[in-house]
Amino acid sequence: MHVPDGFFDVPTSVATGVVAAAGVSVALRRARHELDDRTAPMAGLVATFVFAGQMMNFPVGAGTSGHLLGGALAAVLAGPWTAVLAITVVLSVQALLMADGGITALGTNVTLMALVGVAVGWLIFKVLRSVLPKRLALVAPAAAVGALVSVPAAAAVFTLLFSVGGTAPIDTGTVLVAMLGWHTVIGIGEAVITGLVVAGVVAVRPDLCYGARPVLRERPLEVRAGMAP
Amino acid sequence: MKFRPTTRTFLVVGLLTALFVAGVASYYASSHPDGLSAVAESTGFVDRGKASATSDGPLAGYETNGIADDRLSGGVAGIAGALLVLVVGGGLFRLLRRRSPSDDPGEA
Repeated sequence: MHVPDGFFDVPTSVATGVVAAAGVSVALRRARHELDDRTAPMAGLVATFVFAGQMMNFPVGAGTSGHLLGGALAAVLAGPWTAVLAITVVLSVQALLMADGGITALGTNVTLMALVGVAVGWLIFKVLRSVLPKRLALVAPAAAVGALVSVPAAAAVFTLLFSVGGTAPIDTGTVLVAMLGWHTVIGIGEAVITGLVVAGVVAVRPDLCYGARPVLRERPLEVRAGMAP
Repeated sequence: MKFRPTTRTFLVVGLLTALFVAGVASYYASSHPDGLSAVAESTGFVDRGKASATSDGPLAGYETNGIADDRLSGGVAGIAGALLVLVVGGGLFRLLRRRSPSDDPGEA
């Protein structure tokens, strides 16, 4: 969903740039509480993995593809504020080095994928985690649902922005239906990838998954054979 | 006995996986337009998009300038990009992290 230069008028690009800068500056302060000697390297890995994952476009039918956005994945693995920074780094490298996403559109792309994608993915994950039983096996499905919703949410915000400051007078309803249609299908891919990766991490090192840590602390203690002294 | 890799093993395997995806597997990714591009085409605003100011860069479009072989060109660009994200992201997170309690001056 990388917006190129030219889709949005200057006021909208400036406005999303301001929103993105504000979000990133808050994240720079709040991420400190998510990062320590053990989690900082994990966060770097998560950013790298999202960059790689975004290269893997998967077909979604009729000559169209989609790729991981990674907001929910990064938030569940590294924490939401760290995720905002991780996705922002990915988008910046893509725009500056790969010409993937415009330079004047960087604020828009950060707003859509780093702010909306992370916020929606994380909040849904958090709500699910609080209502579901405290079991590690439910962390990955909750992350997948967050991922599933985060993609059409970002698509909806794109449409809203386009109706305000798009450079072509296209009917908003038409854009909304097309954007939500494709991005709901892409969201299924996002959910599958997010669910599998989170499940993999939780299976081997649940302590390295930010979103699993409260579950790890709260779950009832199990007595396992072989654990007795 | 449950398999529990050390943090170092976990990070190394994770990094190798990411580099494999960016450098090798990405060659097999779908080259169809993504959701947004497809919508821009079907609803009629795709021509509003402009080439990025960085579109002449050495790695623009996930292709490496001067490497003719598609597979190698894309693989080098993918790995270079992934490593740059690792250095920038990893460096940023290292700077931001709270130090271990022994050398933490305390919350201001």
